[in-house]
Amino acid sequence: MNKRIDKTGIKIGMWLFLYSEIILFGGLFVLYAAYFYKYPEFFSEGGKELNRVIGTVNTIVLLVSSFTVAASITAIQRKAKKQAVLFLIFSILCGVVFLVNKYFEWGAKFHHDIYPNSETLNSGEVGLNIFFGLYYIITGLHGLHVIIGMILLSISLVFVLAGKVNESRFSMLENSGLYWHLVDLIWIFVFPLFYLVL
Amino acid sequence: MDSQENHHILSYTKLGFILGLLLVLTGITVAVSYVDIGFFNVPLALGIACTKVTFVLLYFMHLKYEGPIVNLSFIGTISFLIIMIGFTFWDVAFR
Repeated sequence: MNKRIDKTGIKIGMWLFLYSEIILFGGLFVLYAAYFYKYPEFFSEGGKELNRVIGTVNTIVLLVSSFTVAASITAIQRKAKKQAVLFLIFSILCGVVFLVNKYFEWGAKFHHDIYPNSETLNSGEVGLNIFFGLYYIITGLHGLHVIIGMILLSISLVFVLAGKVNESRFSMLENSGLYWHLVDLIWIFVFPLFYLVL
Repeated sequence: MDSQENHHILSYTKLGFILGLLLVLTGITVAVSYVDIGFFNVPLALGIACTKVTFVLLYFMHLKYEGPIVNLSFIGTISFLIIMIGFTFWDVAFR
């Protein structure tokens, strides 16, 4: 009957998983650092091809959604279910906006024949090819994480609506939130490294 | 005594303040990226990114209010990350 729930254990489990994610992206950033050192001028040239406005908008969208996810946890702890639901829906919509922006951004690049193994990149400079290779793998993997984060937030939303996530039991929402914040953390580094290199 | 009861609740005001700070820092990075200050562009951009990440971790991800297990294991992970990035880059740069 009186089943004890180890909230700390649940959270530590999530953090351990997040550590592996940090190291995964860390490995990709090592690649970036090494090639940036080798081809600084092409990285700067490639960075100028990227749309700064979309990059900035996406940064703002992710930061705001991180805030709303954190706020939804506050709301659920204060037993304000309706607010929590609204915050979560807004966060998921932010994820959609991010992906739509990404779609247009990648679409424009594809249109200009800039994609992995494209004619322009293969016959062009090696440094530029590497820059866009890294751009596609890192933003692509990040985009995948955005999708997974949205799925986790949606599941949490359903649980909140069903009352399974409530003021005394909200680990599911908390861990989904942690995952969503991680997605934000990675983007905070991706944004200056790709969009703002001078 | 149930230690799980004392879960820290962050107020909307505090969270909103952190968001404001993060947005301001984003504005600064974008603004600075238009100014050519030579070598210092990259360290500055990364410095601001690290500051932003610290705020997200401490408040949004609640690290400030976690127990020693999460905090220490997090510091351990970051140490390994620094070793991985630092030593690899060291090798590449001074080869």
